Amino acid sequence: MDHFPTNWGRPRNDAFDAYGTYPIHQRAPVKDTFAEGVQHTQQPIVTGTSVLAIQYKDGIMMAADNLASYGSLARFKDVRRLHAVGTSTVIGASGDMSDFQAIQSILDDLVTDEFTHGDGHDLGPAEVHEYLSRVMYARRSKINPLWNSLLVGGFRDGKRFLGYVDLLGTTYSAPSIATGYGAYIAIPLLRAAVDGKQDQLTEENAKKILHECMRVLFYRDARSLDKYQIATVSAAGVTISDQIQIETAWGFAEGIRGYGAQTQ
Amino acid sequence: MFRNTYDSDNTVFSPQGRLHQVEYALEAVKQGSAAVGLRSKTHAILLALKRSFGELASYQQKMYRIDDHVGIAIAGLTSDARVLSNFMRQQAMSSRMLFNRPAPVNRLVGAIADKAQVNTQEYGRRPYGVGLLVIGQDKQGPHLYEFSPSGNSYEYYAMSIGARSQSAKTYLEKHYESFADCTLEELIKHGLHALRETLQQDKELTINNTSLGIIGPGGAHEENVTAEGDFRILEGDVIQVYLDTMTPKETAEGAQAPPPAPAGAPQAGTGDEDVQMAE
Repeated sequence: MDHFPTNWGRPRNDAFDAYGTYPIHQRAPVKDTFAEGVQHTQQPIVTGTSVLAIQYKDGIMMAADNLASYGSLARFKDVRRLHAVGTSTVIGASGDMSDFQAIQSILDDLVTDEFTHGDGHDLGPAEVHEYLSRVMYARRSKINPLWNSLLVGGFRDGKRFLGYVDLLGTTYSAPSIATGYGAYIAIPLLRAAVDGKQDQLTEENAKKILHECMRVLFYRDARSLDKYQIATVSAAGVTISDQIQIETAWGFAEGIRGYGAQTQ
Repeated sequence: MFRNTYDSDNTVFSPQGRLHQVEYALEAVKQGSAAVGLRSKTHAILLALKRSFGELASYQQKMYRIDDHVGIAIAGLTSDARVLSNFMRQQAMSSRMLFNRPAPVNRLVGAIADKAQVNTQEYGRRPYGVGLLVIGQDKQGPHLYEFSPSGNSYEYYAMSIGARSQSAKTYLEKHYESFADCTLEELIKHGLHALRETLQQDKELTINNTSLGIIGPGGAHEENVTAEGDFRILEGDVIQVYLDTMTPKETAEGAQAPPPAPAGAPQAGTGDEDVQMAE
């Protein structure tokens, strides 16, 4: 029950003026939703491809390459698709990169708000994941989604967390997750190497597994790049690595019909 | 009918730099029956004296659950308290919905204090006529806060509000240093002794007029308490066991006779018998 008569018959909006700070005549007029026409995202434009993430002994590890494609054009080759949120969380994004930037500013504002409370309470990976799922679902319900598949990982209070959120607000948690093309190519490799063994997996081996998957993805995914970064979250905090180069050998391609020099 | 010139509008300072309406609101808190709160390292508890408006009436509710980890006791206008408790419940639910996190207790108290402050600064409003004791627990352990209509909120080791709360405060100030290491049962005993100080001379704490709110692991006399020690309100037969632990009043250590009622106090039978009007 809302006890403030001035709110009766109006749409409830806890985010706007929750304290009834303004006298009635100063309150913002009801927003005209159609004043500026309707502009909804219909498709992603500049896109990032797969993100991979796994749990390991001391926390979680996430990998994403540095490419943002414009259609099939490899448009930007130094894009950072892994982003630290607070001191114990990292998110990785595939899908529309401008939407991802919007998500980054939302989360950065949130972390700043939390910090300014200065009361020792902060947001961990589970909280960030829940919040992101609410944001994503709210936007899809306005038929104006943020066109991303996101991985949220972190380590706090001795517990690791790894979760998935996408443009529909769908969520799930698993010891190894991949978005985009990686969900087809890398997931079988990751599940074989990680699931059930995440408590034994060392940092070095985890890195090796991700490197191998990124290499396979670069061979098979036409929207991928041979430069990627790895984020590690453990008790020590969040570390996002420098660019890592994938070494590849394309000699075998010569023998593939329709790829190398045509011999027939 | 105004007591002085600066009574009509709560946003106007008196020449002495005071906001009379806000101070009158603090008086409204003192009209309500007493509530006491205490905290140990493991528990936070609330005790409150419930009033009945006559033989045929029920006892007025003094405690509300806000969320699993937060509860309040009130003194003053019950209807104002319902507005505030509804707001706190909404904030608590919103925190669970948005972040899957129990709302930090200090932020809940800060939120209602901000609401109360607005009422001391804007025209056409009145301050809340209710004071709250808020207990809750979070990662940092159990907490006890006081909220008052002036927009202040403080954290306490122990606190009392409402009619004759000064007597309870005197008891708490004398014993608070021992509270930190108390068991739940000892803490409740201290709380009951403090609450008893607020009674009129011929009154007793009974299972009908006493409310007990607890946050923290279940005690020796409790059953079906969650592992997290969620907030629960104990009333009726289940608090008899705690009332039995009290030291009888005559021999109670340090117990003093309650101060004699001031000359202007209302006579018994007016329905507001616990109340002392401030002059």
